[in-house]
Amino acid sequence: MNIASFAPLAVVLPILGAALAFLLIRHSSAQRAVSIAVLSLTLLLECALLASVWDGGTAAVHIGGWLPPWGITMVVDQFSSLMLVVSSAVSLAVLVYATGQGMADGDQDAPVSIFHPTYLILVAGVSNAFLSGDLFNLYVGFEILLTASYVLMTLGGTGARIRAGVTYVVVSVVSSVLFLISIAMVYGATGTVNMADLAIKLADLDDGTQTLLHVMLLVAFGIKAAVFPLSFWLPDSYPTAPAPVTAVFAGLLTKVGVYAMVRTETLLFPGDSLNTPLMVAALLTMVVGILGALAQNDIKRLLSFTLVSHIGYMVFGLAMSSVAGLGAAVFYVAHHITIQTSLFLVTGLIERRGGSSSVDRLAGLAKLSPMLALLFFVPAMNLAGIPPFSGFLGKVGLIQAGVELGTPLAYALVIGGVVTSLLTLLAVARVWNRAFWRKPSDAEHPDPVLLAEPEDSDTGSRAGRSNVTLLPRTMVGSTLGLVVLGVSLTVFAGPLFAVSDQAAHEMLDRSAYIQAVLGEDTPIPPLALKDGGGK
Amino acid sequence: MSVNLTLLTIMGALYACGIYLILERSLTRVLLGLMLLANATNLLILATGGYAGLAPLYNKDTGAQEYSDPLPQALILTSIVISFAVTAFLLGIIYRTWVLARQDEIQDDIEDLRVAETPRFDAEDDAPIPAETSEFPLTMLGSDGSSVSDHATVADGPEAAGDSITAGAKKIPAEDAAAEEQPGSQNVTPGPEGGVK
Repeated sequence: MNIASFAPLAVVLPILGAALAFLLIRHSSAQRAVSIAVLSLTLLLECALLASVWDGGTAAVHIGGWLPPWGITMVVDQFSSLMLVVSSAVSLAVLVYATGQGMADGDQDAPVSIFHPTYLILVAGVSNAFLSGDLFNLYVGFEILLTASYVLMTLGGTGARIRAGVTYVVVSVVSSVLFLISIAMVYGATGTVNMADLAIKLADLDDGTQTLLHVMLLVAFGIKAAVFPLSFWLPDSYPTAPAPVTAVFAGLLTKVGVYAMVRTETLLFPGDSLNTPLMVAALLTMVVGILGALAQNDIKRLLSFTLVSHIGYMVFGLAMSSVAGLGAAVFYVAHHITIQTSLFLVTGLIERRGGSSSVDRLAGLAKLSPMLALLFFVPAMNLAGIPPFSGFLGKVGLIQAGVELGTPLAYALVIGGVVTSLLTLLAVARVWNRAFWRKPSDAEHPDPVLLAEPEDSDTGSRAGRSNVTLLPRTMVGSTLGLVVLGVSLTVFAGPLFAVSDQAAHEMLDRSAYIQAVLGEDTPIPPLALKDGGGK
Repeated sequence: MSVNLTLLTIMGALYACGIYLILERSLTRVLLGLMLLANATNLLILATGGYAGLAPLYNKDTGAQEYSDPLPQALILTSIVISFAVTAFLLGIIYRTWVLARQDEIQDDIEDLRVAETPRFDAEDDAPIPAETSEFPLTMLGSDGSSVSDHATVADGPEAAGDSITAGAKKIPAEDAAAEEQPGSQNVTPGPEGGVK
């Protein structure tokens, strides 16, 4: 019995947990215990999955004993299990943070009783999308996580959240419809939706049909991954949600889109047919995104724009279709999930402590709460790519791969990447200077909280309620945990990069994936890519 | 293989109407548009299954090619369930919008409005350069003793201009200049529930 046979539990456990949490809707402490326990269990399982494929190898599980290409297949390989572990670790940290916030605030702003089951369903959808071995199951995974995210986005039903939620829901539904149309077209053209089977059969189609299907899938995933020019919806909708929800969305949802793009590019349509448009899109995503970030006053909006901008790095690595580029992109995805989520969590803390998330109103937080300053500073520098952090290592990997490729467009992207990195530093340094470094009296419109004489008590009044714990230990603790995880990505960057490179190698090679799903004796179609990735 | 032209025509009409409707500002119409799009896609999936055959119930006397392809129908069932859930959720959202704002329109993003309403006048870049206050003025004197500096001085600055302000070469209303001094979120007065009055 192989550990990989338990892979479906990564989806089933959170769903069962959600059902249980829903039954316990009136017992909030039991609900908290159930969801944290379930998520920890899932994380343990996924760590075991990652360990089983750490040295290479791909395992496929055929649900219900239906053989591929007819049945539903789940595939565990290095990329999918790495994504599972990182996403579950991040989800667990955010869940603890949200629980801490709920306990501190007395569950009034957000109906936490709904939050827990929905959150677990979101995790189940993300796991399903990562594990899925066929296109339609991937669609179902997307829908599970999207439907859960609609609920989380509009939690509490205030005016601002409903307004942002409408944009988000309509855009997501349109992208889902596009994805479904692509699936119908793919099925019409090949008669299968199993991804390993498609990898063989799509190669037989003529070029025009292939390009059409390829573009449709990329557009559908591009909306979800927020690749420019399909990223317009993200900065409008993410910032209004509650802080933990924004954090988990920023960390996970766009990365699921990137994951689907990686699978499309490597497994379904290998080769370099669309690499040039992808590279242009990556460059524009990076530069336009970060220019948007520079114009923002609100930290949450600023971070949403940096999120869009850094998706460009991953698309850049993907578009090079070389082992070095793809490996760096895999590493970058893992790094970015952790860092972006911790930054949003810290922003939630800033908002609690300073009373606002606008840099016009914030000041002097470094003196007020040195801990908060440290929690912001480390991931912010990590995001900007300051050595020795993992953001730096990921960017260096991408830039090396770009220089290796050596085309003019690749050099343009390398320059764009460096400029984006510097502009990211400028954006986060401005937040640092204004929110943390200057005196409250220098702020344009300082929040009254900041002007008041520093008090020793750690409680204050927020949103009309007094005696609110400003920085509850659980919230600070979970944020600290995530920041430490981000730093440990730097410490263990060596082995992690090795695994990413190996994962990239296997994805570009495709034979392990196809043979794991369809059987050892399946002939592997010749790659359209001549040398199997630039060496 | 024959194509069911009626179904394809209906599919095209549904797509056309759906796309037209989601471009509307009214939320209810957007919802109707999304429903039409989902149903058109279901017809598309049905069309990919090929010709209509017998019900796919196994009978050892029937040849494999005489059955309908059951897989697209399974896909359609799943997609119907999903679009049902999303429709229900959107109806909830629309009702909530109505309760909160008494309107069925997609509301503008406040931050977008702020950017759109920000006057082109920028206090840092466009304000008249104030009179030189250093001890060593660089003002060059012309041959007739008058200043040839083209810098505006306090005398023809905001105070002199009355209710409009000279910003470089152009004049802008004083209220715009005043608005410029305020931080972004202050320009637009949010309504009680976040909408814009």
